[in-house]
Amino acid sequence: MRNTKRSQKIAFFLLFLATLLIVLPVGMIVVIIVQKGLPAINWQFLSDIPRQGMRAGGIFPAIIGTLYLVVGAIIFALPIGLLAAVYLSEYAKDNVLNRVIKLAIVNLSGVPSVVYGLFGLALFVVFLKFGASILSGSLTLGIMILPIIITTSREALESVPQSFREVSLSLGASKWQTIRHIVLPNAIPGILTGTILGLGRAAGETAPILFTVAAFYLPQLPKSIFDQAMALPYHLYVISTQVPNVDEKVRYGTALVLLFLVLMMNLVAIIIRYNFRKKKKW
Amino acid sequence: MVKFNAKNLNIWFGQIQALKGVSIEIQANEILSVIGPSNSGKTSFLRILNRLNDLHPGFKMTGLLEYDKTDIRKLDVEVLRKRVGMVFALPLPLPLSIFDNVAYGVKMHGERSRQKIAAIVERSLRQAYIWDEIKDRLNVSAFKLSGGQQQRLCIARTLAVEPDVILFDEPCSGLDPISTAKIEEAMLKLKKDYTLVLVTNNVKQAARVGDRTAFFLSGELVELDRTERIFTAPADQRTDDYIRGKFG
Repeated sequence: MRNTKRSQKIAFFLLFLATLLIVLPVGMIVVIIVQKGLPAINWQFLSDIPRQGMRAGGIFPAIIGTLYLVVGAIIFALPIGLLAAVYLSEYAKDNVLNRVIKLAIVNLSGVPSVVYGLFGLALFVVFLKFGASILSGSLTLGIMILPIIITTSREALESVPQSFREVSLSLGASKWQTIRHIVLPNAIPGILTGTILGLGRAAGETAPILFTVAAFYLPQLPKSIFDQAMALPYHLYVISTQVPNVDEKVRYGTALVLLFLVLMMNLVAIIIRYNFRKKKKW
Repeated sequence: MVKFNAKNLNIWFGQIQALKGVSIEIQANEILSVIGPSNSGKTSFLRILNRLNDLHPGFKMTGLLEYDKTDIRKLDVEVLRKRVGMVFALPLPLPLSIFDNVAYGVKMHGERSRQKIAAIVERSLRQAYIWDEIKDRLNVSAFKLSGGQQQRLCIARTLAVEPDVILFDEPCSGLDPISTAKIEEAMLKLKKDYTLVLVTNNVKQAARVGDRTAFFLSGELVELDRTERIFTAPADQRTDDYIRGKFG
């Protein structure tokens, strides 16, 4: 008796310890970045262009560049991803072609991000002659987050109970009406969550934008989608490794802004999901 | 008048044969009760009448099935399902308000006039004997209703698209006796204007509401006769055993 209880306690303790170990690095990253970065954050840092070889001034062009890229990626990836997800979950029959498509999507999500960068360079920058531009970078990031959007959207669509579809069809609604009026409205929160998680990923990646859009130093805002732009992750890489004598607090300040943007996006996703669960009616 | 005419109907789900050589006629304005143990094919039979089985991968049918003298495979499936409505085993409101649940089918069939839709919703809810209970809260979620109310709402929703035949798939399986009585009462009144097919596990319910009763066993139609005959002097020993509760 006593032995079982003791081993149970030990097991619980080990499980707890492992869980704690997961939280620890996350907490430390946040604490260190906030601690070292917060002193750099002020209005000028957020709204000014970089000055003195990026050692002073602000990071405004990088913030704007990242926002442009993220919005561009979503404009491209959300419609395609959503339509593909609807096809795969509602129309696709279980045959060889569709199994190949599903396998391709799984593999797409496993491709290292630097490979996307090279692909974007070859296809958009060189072959389609978009040059290093916001357009090329957005398209590259869009392809990178497509599998995330497709997978989460499919899950959201498939989690709508089959019985709702049967009811709608049994009332004489067509398949498309059923998808449009019953399935999609009930899957939207899940689709949004996936989309925002994809956005967070797109905002934080360096490799895909390295060859396709990112400017080393560009002390002005982009004027069109064919312009190059600065972006937060690449700017962070540049001031951390390529430019000597950058004040530590500028580096951590940049990291803090990036982290804040990504966390905010995840927070929005969490809030949407929470509201949806509260309202969920089946 | 014959509503449905099945001749030597066989259906399969993959390798499993769910109906074997079923021949049956369903008359207009009757309540046909369908009884039988689980896996007897009674629900498969019901779901073929508005082609809901088609949604099942691996579904296959042979033989003849006519609705109003037309082969159901030649009818547009949406038209058939509008004419042949279905009430499911569990109350299945859509995640919409009470009003929108009833209006859903009407809107899908292209009705735009708000006045017409409101009139149809009221008429359907009255026909399903639920109007008086819920007329003051048409805009609340249908999930706020009790199980029995939800099931009558589902009947109203089916009635709203003005069907000709209504299929009931064990409509009272999750309901208390009072709700069951209300639904049975509704069915008996609906018979005047509609043809009803009732699949039920409750033999007594079949006896209470059915004009005729069909007994299915292992995918075959064992016996079909007037309900009084089935319950007093069935021709087949297996029918007798089933209604006496010797198996099932």
